Amino acid sequence: MADQLRTRSTSVPASAVRDKISVKGLEFHYGDFHALTGVTVGIREKAVTAFIGPSGCGKSTFLRCFNRMNDLIPGTRMGGKITLDGEDIYAPGVDPVDLRRRIGMIFQQPNPFPMSIYDNVAFGPRLHGMKRRSELDEVVQRSLERANLWKETKDILDRNGLALSGGQQQRLCIARVLAVEPDILLMDEPCSAIDPTSVQKIEDLMAELKDRITIIIVTHNMQQAARVSDFTAFFLQERTGEPAVLVEFDRTANVFTSPKDRRTEDYITGRFG
Amino acid sequence: MDKRVANAIALTALWVSALTTVAILAAVILYVFVNGISQLSLEFIFTWPHGVNSEGGVWPTIVSTLYVTALAMLIVTPVAVLAAVYLAEYAVQGRLVGMIRFAADSLASVPSIVMGLFGLALFVEAMGIGFSMLSAAMALSFLMLPIVMRTTEEAIRAVPKYIRWGAYGLGATKWQTVSRSVLPAAMPRIITGIILATGRAVGETAVVIYTMGQAINLPLTPLDSGRPMTVHLYLLAMEGINLPAAYGSALLLMIMILAFNLGARYFLRRSSRRT
Repeated sequence: MADQLRTRSTSVPASAVRDKISVKGLEFHYGDFHALTGVTVGIREKAVTAFIGPSGCGKSTFLRCFNRMNDLIPGTRMGGKITLDGEDIYAPGVDPVDLRRRIGMIFQQPNPFPMSIYDNVAFGPRLHGMKRRSELDEVVQRSLERANLWKETKDILDRNGLALSGGQQQRLCIARVLAVEPDILLMDEPCSAIDPTSVQKIEDLMAELKDRITIIIVTHNMQQAARVSDFTAFFLQERTGEPAVLVEFDRTANVFTSPKDRRTEDYITGRFG
Repeated sequence: MDKRVANAIALTALWVSALTTVAILAAVILYVFVNGISQLSLEFIFTWPHGVNSEGGVWPTIVSTLYVTALAMLIVTPVAVLAAVYLAEYAVQGRLVGMIRFAADSLASVPSIVMGLFGLALFVEAMGIGFSMLSAAMALSFLMLPIVMRTTEEAIRAVPKYIRWGAYGLGATKWQTVSRSVLPAAMPRIITGIILATGRAVGETAVVIYTMGQAINLPLTPLDSGRPMTVHLYLLAMEGINLPAAYGSALLLMIMILAFNLGARYFLRRSSRRT
C-alpha cells in the first residue's frame, strides 16, 4: 500500500484520503453541442490532479464547472452532480459568487488588472470588505510570499502589474488568488503562455501549495502532468461532433507507466493528439 | 497591361490620394496660421473686445467657450458612461439594444443647427432657462452623447475577457467586476472619447448660437449668457468688421482643438503602452 502511494516525482500526503470534489454523471452542452458525457470522478483533497487530453476534449470546460464559470457563457447547460465537501454546488441556494471565493482560478493568459501590483493582490480582500491598510499590507505581503514573488516585487508594489514579465504576471495572478484563501485552485493551462524558467517556478510553487490546497491543473504538456500531479485524468473526444469522455483516471504513476486503456496508452506514447 | 505597370499606377493613385488629404489639412492650417499669427498676443487673448466689439481681445469668448464645454462634459459623461455600461454589459443583446445603438448613431448625424433649434425651443423657451451656459451645455451634450456613449461602449467591449474572468474568479459580483476591473481597464479609451467629444464641442457653432446668446459677457453662473468664440469669429468675419481679428480667433480656436486631440492621443498611447 505504501508503495502504491508513491508516484514518479511526488508523494501523496497522508492527508489525501478523501475526495474534496466528487462528480457524478456529468453532462455538458454548449447550445446544441454535447461537449462532455458521463464523467464520474473524485478529486482528492490536498493533492494535484491533472486533466490531460488533446485540444477540444472538454478538459477546460470540465474545469470551469467546478467554480461555475460556465454560468457566464450564454447557452451552456450542465447535467449530473458536483459536490464540494459533500454539498451540491449547483443546488438552488448556492451563490456562484460565494463559491468562487473558495475556488481560485488561474488562466492560460496571465491576466493582471491594469493597476498596481499591490492593488492587484488586494483586489480580492477588498471585494470582500477588507479596508484597514495594515490588514491589507499583511495579506499582500503574505500572498506574494506564498507565490514566491515577494522578493522581486517588494520594492515596486506601486508599479503597474502589466509591467512585470509574463512569468511574474502569472505568479502575481496566483498571489491575487491566494489572497482570498481558497481551498481549491483551478489552473487552466497556466504555463502555456510563459517562458521555461517561469514554468519551473510555478511547478515548484504547486508542490508547496498542495500541503494546504487542492489543485486541479489542465495541461497540454504530458511531461508537466507527470512531474506535478498525483492523479491524472485523461479525456478524449473520439469523433468530431461526439461528446468527450473521461477515458481513464488513476494515480499519475499508473496512468503513465501502466495505463489500463489502450487509448490512454496511444495518447501518452504520442500516437495521436 | 503589364502587372508591374498596373501595380505602379495603383501605388501612385493611393499615394496621391493620401498626399491630397495631408495637403488640404496643411493648406487650411497654414492659411489660418499666416493670417492669424500677427493678431495673436497676450493682449488679444486676455483683454475684452471694445468699440463695436470688433477691436481688442477675445477673453470673454474664450471663457464662455471653455465654460460651456466643461459644463456639457459634466452633464454628458455620467449619462453616456452609464448608458454604455448598460448596453455593453447588462442589456440582453437583441433588437432593443440594436435600436438603442441605431438611435445613438442617428443622434450623432442630426445636423447641429437642428439641435440648436431644438435647444432654443426646449431649454431657452419652453423651460424658460433663457440664453445661458446651461441651455447651451445641455444642447451640446445631445451632440456629445452619442460620441462618448459609443466610444465608451467600444472601450468596454475591448476589455479582454480574461480581465472579467479574473474578477469573477475572485468572487466578484457583476457590478464589482464592471466597476472595479472592467471600467478601470477601459478608462484610458473612455477618457479619449470624452476628450474627442470635447474638441467637437469647442468648435461647435450652430448649437451655441441659438442657445447661449451673443452678449459679450464673462459668465459666472450657469444661467449667465455669453458669446462663444465660434460665434464671435462668425460675427467678426460676416459683418466684415475686423477680418484679421477673425483669423486670430480662428487660429486660437484651432490651437485649442489641436490641444484636445493631442491630449486624447496621449491618453490612448499611454494606455496601449501598458498592455
